[in-house]
Amino acid sequence: MKTAVLVFPGSNCDHDAYHALKHVVGVDAEFVWHRQSTLSGYDAVVIPGGFTYGDYLRTGAMAKLSPVMDAVRGFAAAGGPVIGICNGFQILLEAGLLPGAMIVNDSLRFVCDYVHLRTETGRTPFTRGIPAGKVLKIPVAHYQGNYFADEKTLSALEAGGQVAFRYCEPSGEVTPSSNPNGSANHIAGICNGAGNVLGMMPHPERCAEEVLGSADGRLLFDAMVSWLEERGR
Amino acid sequence: MKAKIYVTLRRGVLDPQGKAITASLGHIGIGGVEDVRVGKYMEVRLHALGPVEAPRPLDEACRRLLANTVIEDYRIEVEG
Repeated sequence: MKTAVLVFPGSNCDHDAYHALKHVVGVDAEFVWHRQSTLSGYDAVVIPGGFTYGDYLRTGAMAKLSPVMDAVRGFAAAGGPVIGICNGFQILLEAGLLPGAMIVNDSLRFVCDYVHLRTETGRTPFTRGIPAGKVLKIPVAHYQGNYFADEKTLSALEAGGQVAFRYCEPSGEVTPSSNPNGSANHIAGICNGAGNVLGMMPHPERCAEEVLGSADGRLLFDAMVSWLEERGR
Repeated sequence: MKAKIYVTLRRGVLDPQGKAITASLGHIGIGGVEDVRVGKYMEVRLHALGPVEAPRPLDEACRRLLANTVIEDYRIEVEG
């Protein structure tokens, strides 16, 4: 089992993701430079957080045009598990691999804090086995995490079970005050129709060990490992 | 040859920056401002393309990179 951690100019959570995968979960992980045009030999892809290309133009707008993103498209179309975290989520949106877009937080502030997420679906490789309704404590760190999609897209996401995580209170209750950025429907993460591509603003790789304040993030990587093991990877 | 490209947030997309600017204009005593929407303005210099050929590649540039049509509209002005 081998995982790819993509690295773009300006990625800055790539080492955190590598550490969580390799040293905490204990799976093989490799950095893949964005100029690479193939992902053959990898079983899962992590698009880490950061500020690719300095967020020029829009978050993720430049990174979506890197050669490796064509490889990600092919990998995703073949059913391979892909997780985009924070800027990685923004790149997946810009690349059209997930619907919607990110706008500036409604508070106009960069939010860097632990938040609570309610797990909405176990259908993605990264939430497999996590019961719906389970509350995870995972940090966010972003200025543009205000998820936007038109009403039609939001309805389709809800009806299709594509909302993976929603911001909530520690009790699991979804309230306006638990939404850190103004996201539509309190969305913290969504998946594609097939369920194999997940984008989320919170950072599971930053909280995969108790010493960091929470180990809830590890659940997502453990889920990925068991999903892959089931498929003989 | 020069082109001007205006990228603006679509109607219905919240503009927190515009809201903050609207409030700040009120704070400095400039009354009557109902709403402000913040957008982007780009100047593109093109060589070897005339005003007839230029709009097509510029339109593609807007669709594929310069604007995100989920949240933004764009307008292209080509100067002769």
